[in-house]
Amino acid sequence: MAINSIWVFAQAAGAAPTSGTLELLTKARALTSNVTAFVGGDASAIAGALGEHGATKVYATGDLGGKLPGPAVSAAMKAIIDGGDSPSVIFFPQNYEGRDIMSRLSVKLDRTVLTNNIDIADTPDGVAATTPIFGGNTLVTTAFTGSGPHLVSFRPKSFAAEASGGAAPTVVAAPVPELGATGTAKVLSVHVEESTGPKLDEADIVVSGGRGLGESGKYDLVEELAKLLKGAPGASRAIVDAGWVPYSYQVGQTGKVVKPNVYIAAGISGATQHMVGMKGSKNIIAINKDKEAPIFGVADLGIVGDVHKVLPQLIELLKTRG
Amino acid sequence: MEGMNIVVCVKQIPDPATPGALDGSTHALKREGKLILDESDGYGVEMALQLATNAGGGDVSIVSMAPNGEVSGMRTALAMGAAKGMLVSDPALAGSDALTTAKVLAAAIAKMGAADLIIAATESSDGYTGTVPEQIAEVMGLPSVTFAKKVEIAGGVLKADRQTEDGYDEVECPLPAVISVTAGVVEPRYPSFKGIMAAKSKPIDTVTAADLGVTPTGWAGAGQKVVTVAQAEARKAGEIVEDDGSAFGKIVSYLENLKVI
Repeated sequence: MAINSIWVFAQAAGAAPTSGTLELLTKARALTSNVTAFVGGDASAIAGALGEHGATKVYATGDLGGKLPGPAVSAAMKAIIDGGDSPSVIFFPQNYEGRDIMSRLSVKLDRTVLTNNIDIADTPDGVAATTPIFGGNTLVTTAFTGSGPHLVSFRPKSFAAEASGGAAPTVVAAPVPELGATGTAKVLSVHVEESTGPKLDEADIVVSGGRGLGESGKYDLVEELAKLLKGAPGASRAIVDAGWVPYSYQVGQTGKVVKPNVYIAAGISGATQHMVGMKGSKNIIAINKDKEAPIFGVADLGIVGDVHKVLPQLIELLKTRG
Repeated sequence: MEGMNIVVCVKQIPDPATPGALDGSTHALKREGKLILDESDGYGVEMALQLATNAGGGDVSIVSMAPNGEVSGMRTALAMGAAKGMLVSDPALAGSDALTTAKVLAAAIAKMGAADLIIAATESSDGYTGTVPEQIAEVMGLPSVTFAKKVEIAGGVLKADRQTEDGYDEVECPLPAVISVTAGVVEPRYPSFKGIMAAKSKPIDTVTAADLGVTPTGWAGAGQKVVTVAQAEARKAGEIVEDDGSAFGKIVSYLENLKVI
């Protein structure tokens, strides 16, 4: 089945589309010239940028009034589809809002979902998406067999965002219909966890710590090294679960996907859950006591040693260099 | 509110310590042998037990879908303190996608009686499609709060901190509702010996898709088909050195070569 049109669920960060949105628009326009961005909120600030990345049309729900996007945006999408504009495929980012909207819409449309993908193609077998499994060692390509719209989500940084220089798109209202009980959850307040330095998923250098640090206080070493390298500190799921650092620090399948120039894993054994989130890094340095640790299988430079010795030495040397 | 009925959706998965494998013909994850309670589900079970206690009682029930009448993972949840369980086990459900799974679990939850709250993990550790909790909410016509990292209930209203990209949102939601909880939301208790013994006699009702009035669609109706399985390009093996007290120098020269310091 050919792809005739694609919708991209588009998100904003402040007055600009998120990098993930631009990545998905870039991929979408490589598959069809008929690309629509679907915005859960007001689109006036970002419509221009969406057009510059390939959207020829924008649907916008308008302000959600504190409603969670899952039920609200999926209902708005369903209403447009019922009205006759039904895309071949809908792209979602693999994140909190993307997952909720996609899940709700799959029930409304009675369509299956393919999640956690890194690629998509129009093939003789149908529209097929590729997802890495077993820590990224195996790539599984799955085709949709039923009729569209096909619902598919992608991991961050699956595609490189490039501007197309497209014109400002038409913005069409896609109001949220009456939601009943599903729309009764309300956002009371929004909390931003402040962090200094570059954002984890945008940093050029990431230093992550894991269980091998031994105790929560030793995470200071990771933060100090990250700061000296002008990078961002990250963490394995184990120490996030243990409450040493907030969830927003987590690198991995259920956390952030990072692809920095340099990734330093300190005291991280390299569980599949973690590797999925960092294997795409250009250069990987691992420090771990256990020479059998799976992390050494992906490391460009592996130090079999004690993080409590290596990190302080490294920090001291970098400090003296200023 | 006096007492709360809470249903926790759990998945029984192959032990993550053993390497995963795909079935040669169906390309599905092999799910043979003994299955264990997905570690991610311990948080939901614990959350349910604490919320029921705070509400002054009520039943915590477990629902699961698994092949071959497998209940060993459910027994772990019962040993933690849940009262009863329902297992949906039906060969016709093999190959079900996440949407069918959600329909089946929603029907099982409805059959178990009026639930005030339905709890699931954010995603399973083996398949991690990550859509089932929100799909259950939509099938049942309920509100939902996914990725809850803190949950309180007072006066029939749920308040939760919902994980976001930059921090969290405080969300309020009336009951009944569906929530998915992140790892670390609470510290799961270890089943006591007494709990393990008691779990052996706690009731688990085993039902089929037909008992629930759900039409299983299996492999053919999943709406998706694996077309290729390929090995990813492996990273080239790097240099591994044993630290003799000077390995930090290796890291510094490596970073210098990359011109990042």
